[in-house]
Amino acid sequence: MNSKDQYLSEISEIKNMMERSSRFISLSGLSGVFAGVYALVGAWLVFDRMYTSDGMLYSRSYAHSYTSDVQFMLIVAGLVLFLALSTGIFFTTRKAKIQGLKIWDHTTKRLLINLLIPLGTGGMVCVILLNNGYYTMVAPSTLVFYGLSLINASHHTFKDIRYLGLTEIVIGLLAFVYVGYGLLFWAIGFGILHILYGTVMYFKYER
Amino acid sequence: MKHLIEKLNKAFENRVRLGIMSALMVNDFVDFNSLKELINVTDGNLASHLKALEKTAYITMKKEFIGRKPNTKYSVTEEGKSAFNDHIKALEALIKGNE
Repeated sequence: MNSKDQYLSEISEIKNMMERSSRFISLSGLSGVFAGVYALVGAWLVFDRMYTSDGMLYSRSYAHSYTSDVQFMLIVAGLVLFLALSTGIFFTTRKAKIQGLKIWDHTTKRLLINLLIPLGTGGMVCVILLNNGYYTMVAPSTLVFYGLSLINASHHTFKDIRYLGLTEIVIGLLAFVYVGYGLLFWAIGFGILHILYGTVMYFKYER
Repeated sequence: MKHLIEKLNKAFENRVRLGIMSALMVNDFVDFNSLKELINVTDGNLASHLKALEKTAYITMKKEFIGRKPNTKYSVTEEGKSAFNDHIKALEALIKGNE
């Protein structure tokens, strides 16, 4: 090994250590793709139950009572969240094993804490909105708070997450303006964006 | 060329020490066990390199207790930061100079 190679390898070792010790780099793009697919299926289930077609246009169906519709939506949302989290944990643990990294270290803890503070706040806001009957405000709120959580978490994992967060916020704000199209924006934000970003991250870091 | 090599800091001429410094540069503090896992060395080896870096005043340590278990946290000093940055600059200059 000549001296130049030696210096180069020292620099790359320094960079690698800085990266590994401060950021959670086992997050798998595939978890994003699957979360997106679940979200789209969930959105379709809700749409199928709550909207009817008169041939050309879709309009709100009142086949079920409003409260039972809200209950149905909450169950679907809960299932989507559960599936997305378990698949996410599965792929991320797998990636950590491949990289030979620990799944639970100080970078994991820091990532989770910083993700959960704004996300938990958003969750509580949504519960309060639901309790007060502001149903149309829930979907836009989830998008905005999710975006803020991602931006906060991005300091502790891949930088790309920051741009996903920004996009989620823009979609969330649009959903606040176009009240009543919550489901559509929700499908874009949690479905399509996750699949898009997940695919990009997968090919960027895992291939 | 020769004067560039002289700029490299002798205190960092070792894989373990480079690892310690790199990890401490980007974290407020790192505890002993995390360093051990990150760098993948034995307790004794890590401890002796930590002691050496402490002697040069590039890093400091703080002993704490989590329950009954001692937990030693390490962080880099201002002096250590500037010394390590100089070392990186010297490495980069050597790489460019060799082209």
